[in-house]
Amino acid sequence: MRIKAQVAMVMHLDKCIGCHTCSVTCKNTWTNRPGTEYMWFNNVETRPGPGYPKRWEDTDRYKGGWELQNGKLKLRAGGPITKLANIFYNPNMAEMEDFYEPWTYDYDNLIHSPKKENLPVARPVSEITGKYIDKPEWGSNWDDDLAGGSEIVPLDPNVEKMQEHIKMEYEKTFMMYLPRICEHCLNPSCVASCPTGALYKRDEDGIVLVDHDACRGWRFCQNGCPYHKVYYNWNTHKAEKCNFCYPRTEAGLPTICSETCVGRIRYIGVVLYDADKVKEAASVEDPQDLYEAQLSCFLDPFDPDIQEKAKEAGITDAWLEAAKESPVYKMAMKWKIALPLHPEYRTMPMVWYVPPLSPIMNHITNEDELDTDGYIPAVDQMRIPVEYLASILAADDTEVVRKVLLKLSAMRVYMRGKTVGGVDEFKQSELVKEANTTPEEIEEMARLLGIAKYDERYVIPTGRREMDDDLHYKQGTCSLEDLAPAEGVNPTFGMMKVRDNL
Amino acid sequence: MADIFWWVIFPYITLTIMILGLLYRYAFRQLTWAAPSTNFFEKKWLRIGSPLFHYGIVFAFIGHVMGMVIPMEFYQALGISDHLYHMGAIWGGGLAGLMVVAGLIILLIRKMTIDPVRIKAGFADFFSVLALLFVAGTGTYMTIIFNTMVIEYEYRETIGPWFRSLFVFMPKYELMSGVPFIFKLHVVSAFALFASIPFTRLVHIFSFPIKYPARPPQQYRSRSNYRKQGL
Ligand code: SF4
Ligand code: SF4
Repeated sequence: MRIKAQVAMVMHLDKCIGCHTCSVTCKNTWTNRPGTEYMWFNNVETRPGPGYPKRWEDTDRYKGGWELQNGKLKLRAGGPITKLANIFYNPNMAEMEDFYEPWTYDYDNLIHSPKKENLPVARPVSEITGKYIDKPEWGSNWDDDLAGGSEIVPLDPNVEKMQEHIKMEYEKTFMMYLPRICEHCLNPSCVASCPTGALYKRDEDGIVLVDHDACRGWRFCQNGCPYHKVYYNWNTHKAEKCNFCYPRTEAGLPTICSETCVGRIRYIGVVLYDADKVKEAASVEDPQDLYEAQLSCFLDPFDPDIQEKAKEAGITDAWLEAAKESPVYKMAMKWKIALPLHPEYRTMPMVWYVPPLSPIMNHITNEDELDTDGYIPAVDQMRIPVEYLASILAADDTEVVRKVLLKLSAMRVYMRGKTVGGVDEFKQSELVKEANTTPEEIEEMARLLGIAKYDERYVIPTGRREMDDDLHYKQGTCSLEDLAPAEGVNPTFGMMKVRDNL
Repeated sequence: MADIFWWVIFPYITLTIMILGLLYRYAFRQLTWAAPSTNFFEKKWLRIGSPLFHYGIVFAFIGHVMGMVIPMEFYQALGISDHLYHMGAIWGGGLAGLMVVAGLIILLIRKMTIDPVRIKAGFADFFSVLALLFVAGTGTYMTIIFNTMVIEYEYRETIGPWFRSLFVFMPKYELMSGVPFIFKLHVVSAFALFASIPFTRLVHIFSFPIKYPARPPQQYRSRSNYRKQGL
């Protein structure tokens, strides 16, 4: 057994209001430099829709993640030999048009335009070429809130494979938000895709990072990640990705996307896992078994035996305590209400999602007269088809999603009974049995999902610093030093010329 | 005198610039050490040009090892006649040369016509492509046209031994005096190109990730101990 700790996240989709605050604060923190304009370490997509970059879930095209070949785990885009043969040209990489050509506006014209008959306008200017773009045609969130409707929605690969036709009439359609960051996977295919070994997973907290000194810009990680969460900086020619705000988490603070999340949908906590089990778990035959297989990699922080072994592995008491309080452990492993995004990619993602529930309840018109068991069929008729959620969160296993939804419905009914009253005997109902829960568990869940405060949502032990030699020197240094130009300066990188058109 | 300059001083100066430059860039400018790809901007032309050029240059490199590094006696001992060798060199080398030149021309046109690629390319990028084109052009011309139209020149008796003598620090510059001009031009321009490597995108030649197939797919590093582990 090789015990390692992982800092992981849960997002409670019911509460996401699609405000993009997370994306904006992330961008202001990490990707406001030339070459990173199109990078959204955090993005929020409206589903159904093609997402960002366009159709990132189309694994036939981008060849991200792993697949089983004769029972063996292989990178879908090909192993090392295939990669070296393709090193001069990456056939599967997404191009700028799959993202968008980043642009700004010619604001100068608004201020300096000579007196004219018509009002001056700020035309869009490409941030890459410095030329005017006549008509921007795509961008991140171009399709926000189902914009583009019936033309854009069918581009969603999950919709494509659904049996039932998705209804696009205003009264019948559905919509949900899906905020995404790097999953900091247990079995990251980006790491395995890197020819130079520049990407790595940290022992201490499982954060997946790029070593920029070692990165040579081969770009196999970009499409090697099935979530398309590694980006290629066209300016520095290095890969960049979400780093889980490690300078913040090391200091015990939540990532900036979580800190600023308006809906308070995000939870961060520590989980312990057995690194020796990961490969086996990722290699189970049936993709629908991957969820259970992934759960089997995690270790119970309350087990004295595990605690003992964790200490031997160098995990400190503070981390063990945090693992016990971890909201992620509670939601994903104990209550099993949070699911991994696309487990079928076999990367064992570590950002978990509590599927959204509210739209089912909108479907019910006469809730006052509904008895507890009446909610059971409601789960199957929810407005967001269970099939769609299962395609995103459970490798098409609708039963897994249904169970979570039942539990969440049971919580809703129980809490409603408690505060509003008027529901029949809850404890004996079919709903409780089917949802496999208890009032005690429900009260705990309701607290964490509904009213938990900052220090319950984010239980993050600080990183160990005692072995660093020159802490005093490092104080106040920037982790992007040498990479980010000083503010307001037109940057030059070594011998390479960088935009002087803007 | 001129011979000493071109066949002793010049090669050593250029190689020194290359080695010191590479060391400097590796030690102090690693953040700029990359294969500065434009795959992201444009893919249709790159798909043809880049593999054509790169595979061509790999073959050409092997050809140069066969002609310059491996002595003539080796082939004679194997019983390969001079004529047979030259036929092989003309066909194999010619093909490699044509691949390189064709690839470079595609890449150059791409660099000049595709907006983001052109605008993001600096002087060093154009210089590299043009210099490579010159060196590869003279090399291909020698291999295909000069060798078949003018004279089947036996460079394994002159340029080869001279090249090897450079590396034992006893340059036999006198061997080079009778070499046809076009061959001299190829050699001198190639050494000039070597000197430019540390200052251009060409540094990525030295990054070919040969160890990749041998390493475990997953890489772990310890945040606090990785320096001590020497990673
Ligand atoms: S989600 Fe993150 S850790 Fe997982 S493969 Fe993609 S970049 Fe790597
Ligand atoms: S800040 Fe929170 S609520 Fe707003 S879009 Fe992001 S995840 Fe959703």
